[in-house]
Amino acid sequence: MSDDEDEIILRDLNDEDLVAQLQDDLYDGLRDEVYEGVEILLERKWDANDILANALVEGMRIVGIDFRDGILFVPEVLQCANAMKGGMGLLRPILAASGTAASTGKFVIGTVKGDIHDIGKNLVGMMLEGAGFEVIDLGINNPVENYLEAIDKHEPDIIGMSALLTTTMPYMGLVIEELDKRGILKDLPVMVGGAPLNQEFADAINAHTYGRDAAMSAELAKVILGKNR
Amino acid sequence: MTRTIISSATKEVVMGFDQPFVMIGERINPTGRPKFSAELKAGDYWRVKEDALAQIAAGAQMLDINAGVPLADEPRILAECIELVQSLTDVPLCIDSSIIAALEAGLKVYKGKALVNSTTAEEEVLEQVLPLIAKYGAAVVAIANDETGISEDPDERFEVAKRIVQHAADYGIKPEDVVVDPLVMPIGAVTSAGKDVFKLIRRLRDELKVNTICGASNVSFGLPNRQAINNAFLPMLAAAGMTSAILNVTHEGQVAAVKAADVLNGVDPHCENWIRAYRAPVAEGEGRRGRPGGRRRG
Repeated sequence: MSDDEDEIILRDLNDEDLVAQLQDDLYDGLRDEVYEGVEILLERKWDANDILANALVEGMRIVGIDFRDGILFVPEVLQCANAMKGGMGLLRPILAASGTAASTGKFVIGTVKGDIHDIGKNLVGMMLEGAGFEVIDLGINNPVENYLEAIDKHEPDIIGMSALLTTTMPYMGLVIEELDKRGILKDLPVMVGGAPLNQEFADAINAHTYGRDAAMSAELAKVILGKNR
Repeated sequence: MTRTIISSATKEVVMGFDQPFVMIGERINPTGRPKFSAELKAGDYWRVKEDALAQIAAGAQMLDINAGVPLADEPRILAECIELVQSLTDVPLCIDSSIIAALEAGLKVYKGKALVNSTTAEEEVLEQVLPLIAKYGAAVVAIANDETGISEDPDERFEVAKRIVQHAADYGIKPEDVVVDPLVMPIGAVTSAGKDVFKLIRRLRDELKVNTICGASNVSFGLPNRQAINNAFLPMLAAAGMTSAILNVTHEGQVAAVKAADVLNGVDPHCENWIRAYRAPVAEGEGRRGRPGGRRRG
């Protein structure tokens, strides 16, 4: 970017190059550039769903792979997510208004009661958004009522719980029991994650899926809904 | 001058602004170690023994003992680990759990004055942990967060810490027996995490005059070459006034970084500890080869 001759003029690119450039800029976490790229595609009468799928979701899929493989690191992925949000700011109102939003699915996510850790949960949320999910983030310290309320209100496809403490992770089991009692569990897959968890614990509390890390969680969420590629 | 004394039956460790930085070994903790978890649950403690001895050999002045195994009898396991470690070594221990019953089970069997890890400023937690600290005459780690979570503003966290110290006084716990954890956030997620924590530590030292502790490795979460970040961070913490940390003493360079900080902060008089640790061994020589058998240099 320091050399004027190398400056890329997004408007001069044809559609195919522009989409590729958008993916690159997303990978590099360039929020303004992503915003401009999306703006140009909209001017060129691209459908908002196509922009989302071809530029943003595909871009974040690549980010997810490199994050999983240890090529990209947390601060970089946070910047990618921020750039994605820039583009989404333009697309979201259009998608909402048209009612044709082809979201991958709805995902309610939150850290359980007694636990105030949220960085891991936020990363999972970002990777899910990157995978095209509509993410409803309940934040930290959520009692079972918050999950129930969110299920009523948003009718999610998947519900995700996070805990970073060995003392708060059993609470996930409590939430799952409550969902089971109310007959919700059979139709609503529950994904759990957090540093002290493992597959054995997830099985013991009857969780549908254990999300080992952020990239994996997003992949598994797609698998659950049969939308993996 | 604030001095926090933690002890075993026969040994004391002193935390203070004029004291060497206290390194507390973090390894005896099953979080994220599935094999260790399974062994503890099955009553197999060989790794506890090995981790204890390896960390002391590496330079730990204290050990943190955490038995947080999901779906297991944590109070019993924690107490058994403490008894085992105290039978092997005389370093004072940090009893680490967020289950009150486990803290009490640990305190019951502990010989000496333990450091209890931890309480937060949450009413519910404070009202359960502080009476235990008073009853057993222990010291306590006070984490600077409350019901509302972890504030990003260091001044707000200062107020939270102050509240815990005041509350502890109501139970007859002296300020020097409250060691504040200012909470180190991952620098990869919050760019100002380092700056904020240095500011907070300075205020805790200068205004509240308390000793401080932290889990130092958290700072490098999500970054490559984490050890280099940790090794740079510890001396910076010490320079800001932090007096102890829970860390992985077996990581290359970590103990040396802390000992070097002691030298540079003027808490290792005549560089004695430093020289004792790093004097090159000489097989043959005309002098006395540094020792052995002296009265002072050890």
